[in-house]
Amino acid sequence: MAIGSSTHLGADQPSDLVPPGADPLTAPGAKSRRSRLRLPSSLKVLIGLGTLIAFLLLAVIGPWIAPYNPTRTFSTTVSFPQPPSVAHLLGTTQQQQDVLSQLLAGGRSTVLVAFVAGLVATALSVVVGVTAGYLGGLADDLLSMLANFFLVMPALPLLIVIFGFLPASQGGDDLLIGLIIAVTGWSWGARVLRAQTLSLRRRDYVESARIIGERGWRIIGFEILPNLTPIVASSFLFTVLYGVGTYTALAFLGLINPNHLSWGGMLFYAQVAGAEQSGYWWLFIPPGLAVALLGTSLALLNFGIDEFINPRLRAAGLTRRRARRAGLPGAAQLPRRFVLGLTPVVRYTPVTVTGGVTASHQPDEGGSQ
Amino acid sequence: MNAPLLSGARAGEPLLEVSGLCVDYGAGPGTVHAVLEADLVLHRGEVLGLAGESGSGKSTLAYAITRLLRAPGMITGGSVGYHQEPGRVVDLLAADEGVLRVLRWSQISVVLQSAMNALNPVFTIGSQLTDVLRAHRPGMGKAERRARAAELLAMVGITADRLDSHPHELSGGMRQRVMIAMALALEPQVVIMDEPTTALDVVTQREILEELMELRERLSFAVIFITHDLSLLIEIADSIAVMYAGRLVERAAATALFRAPRHPYTLGLLSSFPALHGPRKQLTGIPGSPPDLRQLPAGCVFHPRCPYVMDRCLTERPPLLQLGVNGEWSGPGRWVGAGADRAAACWLQDGSVAAPPELARPAPGVKQPAGLVTSAEPAEPVVPSAPATRSQP
Amino acid sequence: MRVISRRIGFYILTAIAAVTVDFFIPRVMPGNPVSAVIAKMQGAVITKATIRALEVQFGANTPEGLWGQYVHYWSNILHGNLGISTSNGMVPVTTVIRGALPWTLGLVGTATVLSFVLGTLLGVLVAWKRGSWLDNLLPATTFFQAAPYFFLAFLAIDLFAIKLGWFPAGSARNTLDFPALDWTYISDVLDHAILPALTIVVASAAGWVVGMRNVMITTMDEDYVLIARAKGLPKSRVIWYAARNAILPSISSFSLAVGFVVSGALLTEIVFSYPGLGFILLTAVQDADYALLQGIFLVITMAVLLANLAADFVYVFLDPRTRQEA
Repeated sequence: MAIGSSTHLGADQPSDLVPPGADPLTAPGAKSRRSRLRLPSSLKVLIGLGTLIAFLLLAVIGPWIAPYNPTRTFSTTVSFPQPPSVAHLLGTTQQQQDVLSQLLAGGRSTVLVAFVAGLVATALSVVVGVTAGYLGGLADDLLSMLANFFLVMPALPLLIVIFGFLPASQGGDDLLIGLIIAVTGWSWGARVLRAQTLSLRRRDYVESARIIGERGWRIIGFEILPNLTPIVASSFLFTVLYGVGTYTALAFLGLINPNHLSWGGMLFYAQVAGAEQSGYWWLFIPPGLAVALLGTSLALLNFGIDEFINPRLRAAGLTRRRARRAGLPGAAQLPRRFVLGLTPVVRYTPVTVTGGVTASHQPDEGGSQ
Repeated sequence: MNAPLLSGARAGEPLLEVSGLCVDYGAGPGTVHAVLEADLVLHRGEVLGLAGESGSGKSTLAYAITRLLRAPGMITGGSVGYHQEPGRVVDLLAADEGVLRVLRWSQISVVLQSAMNALNPVFTIGSQLTDVLRAHRPGMGKAERRARAAELLAMVGITADRLDSHPHELSGGMRQRVMIAMALALEPQVVIMDEPTTALDVVTQREILEELMELRERLSFAVIFITHDLSLLIEIADSIAVMYAGRLVERAAATALFRAPRHPYTLGLLSSFPALHGPRKQLTGIPGSPPDLRQLPAGCVFHPRCPYVMDRCLTERPPLLQLGVNGEWSGPGRWVGAGADRAAACWLQDGSVAAPPELARPAPGVKQPAGLVTSAEPAEPVVPSAPATRSQP
Repeated sequence: MRVISRRIGFYILTAIAAVTVDFFIPRVMPGNPVSAVIAKMQGAVITKATIRALEVQFGANTPEGLWGQYVHYWSNILHGNLGISTSNGMVPVTTVIRGALPWTLGLVGTATVLSFVLGTLLGVLVAWKRGSWLDNLLPATTFFQAAPYFFLAFLAIDLFAIKLGWFPAGSARNTLDFPALDWTYISDVLDHAILPALTIVVASAAGWVVGMRNVMITTMDEDYVLIARAKGLPKSRVIWYAARNAILPSISSFSLAVGFVVSGALLTEIVFSYPGLGFILLTAVQDADYALLQGIFLVITMAVLLANLAADFVYVFLDPRTRQEA
């Protein structure tokens, strides 16, 4: 999976990491202001949120609503995966296990691992990033180097090596897996948070808190952290997304205990059964789609947070559609979308050639540009 | 290739006419009315100062004129006419992309406040000077363009070796000069300057302003100079328009505005900065703060802060009243026709009440916009507008 | 060029750290790697020499202390000795890797660059035409971003190879043909490469599109873009003004994403049975061929570091502010 977040990464200057000029974290008199909970307004965010909640529910109740025991084999004589039928809505695996049950039950471990990874990685990134940004100096240099190291190191190969050496018995512990994945996923968030902390540290209200002798951790806790909330949230979602993908990949490679049910594991078995060559689509489409949808919901939510962090990313200006929806007169005069350097003219008075202009305005002299 | 010095009939002709311009940000509830019914005229070779506090709408007005306003700004009324030649007026609000593109920079150019942001950091100075030449003067060859770019830099006192430098390698003052040179590349008729010296230290400020005035003498372009620093305008402007909360509240020739203001807001502004010479006096400033542009007060937009407020001001909005050159009200109605005279949007000036003496001082020998032909007024000796003699406000 | 030398120093340090990590993992993990390997090697001839070699490799049962083993490990690597591959008939790991590397470089290298270029161009377009129907593409890109590479590979094979029969369903070439540098061979290779390359491009381009679009939008808000418009420059020139600046953060994120893309590409190779590093990685995992596993890890890490270095060079070249001039 590729990175697709708005917070771009460049040199270690904070100004390179925060889009220039877009500083929604300050407003006149912004002091330790908790970012208010804004109700999501855009459609894609709502869809993302809804889908995510559905998946979380599935993780909890999945194994209970599965029609059969996921590991139960229905026949020992048939050796080919069976296509979907009335008895097995999504068919059976090569071992004659019900695919639907596996799908519903497998969600739990995927969601669990991903969220554990997300939480731990985010916590790590906050600790490392904020500390590095706040303390500066040698601590900053060392922590930054550590973060950069993990950033550059390709995560999946490293995880493959680690899990490859891990005995199979350990490979079924969701918590441990999540922890190990977290170790490779915290560095990006740490860099962003460090840069943001650096820039916040120079703010007047933080400086004044230091001057009056407030303790470091109090400053961090009350002045800096609240302002980092949207970035932390975005980092969390991104890491969970990363966790989902990585865990699925590891299971697909067979590095996770095969008895431990997960969507990636289902894909592993699909590969073993030669699903793509033989056209057993029900073996790989349901789990793959589930992973993709879970990931999509996280990415959509991230979109929303990105737009919150960087208000410029929200739709610019007033488009014709919006104006019409708002019931504004003269909506038809607006261009379909805003073009830089061509300020829209909703209403205007034409200039008469004689060089003089009559004083009275003629409203509704429709003109559009 | 220098434009001939303006002389005779062409000097002082209207160049840019803005009438009743309204600019909004956004629409529906919560719309910010950034500019309301602005009228002004820029004449050939004139330096028009646009003064006001932050949020007064002065930059918005200037950008709207050239359709360079960013989202969510939009023009909701009025007209803007550019007199390219006598008898040929381009309607800037009706113009399409093609017309605007040709007009831009060759007729009207822009200088921004921060050169560091206005210059592209990844391109050389030379390429940023020559790209306009390439776009607007297709006949020029590469060597010609480079020579012209060197010429432009020399004009602002920068050596030609800087053509291959990047913006971050220059000092703040040099970058500003480059911007000015860039703006003059095609010898436009109008240069809009948005707080060009605000970000610089005072010494550099002075240098650049002097260079600017020199260039203006040479190339005879008109300038719309936007700034919050009224004292600056007194020096360099021919005429000044003061804006408050999106409205033009006073318009006058520079010295006249300075010596004999007609609007209480202008008076307040003038009392806000101390004179270098003369007796010490108490600075009064203007109590209160500018209004929220989404909810403007009824009646006169300045009335909550006006020391001379009358009952009428609370309910009736004063239009921009035309005052005679000597500062008298010249009759009912609003601004009609071209010609930069005195105007003020204040009920104190409509003749129904006697204006307080500080708002009714006699206008000094008014320095006319360069070459403006006035009607039947005997030419009065031009009083130099040097600020040193500011002891008699 | 101080920036570049700093980066090179950092990469060297990272490489050293990677080797160290590679050294420590088998020694740190619970369980006995030697017995695990032997357990997997059922049916093969296991001599005392083999066991000895394995023990040396994993540091079990040796007289040398940890430091001694570490030095030994380093000297092996610098001599190009990455150990013996137990799952490939006891040939040196380097031989196995050398056989697979060109395929991976060809496929993954080209696909990555292609996807970056396409994604960036598309991102610029979406940003410029903001407010148009193109904006609706964005949520669709999140789907492709979130879908695992190998899942898309499955879909691609199922749709294009099985159902439509347009492309072969796997492997890099028709294995019956003898490799020769003639057109039939080359076209065969290309034919087999299109589907996996397409999968990688589609899976990774989405990220570039969104990233570039976001940076472009922020850049277009800059004053110099407004000035470009005010100058009356043609539209293409204005876009170039903005894009030339917006590409810089994209290149930075390219450095970071290279690791991801390479990982995903390896997984794609597996699904397509493409004989690159991904494929032998899978067999190494299944057969507990730890030496091969470690070797592949090192090679991939070095490749990613090199790609990062290349991206850094490009960045410094494109951004005059990073150069130190007189």
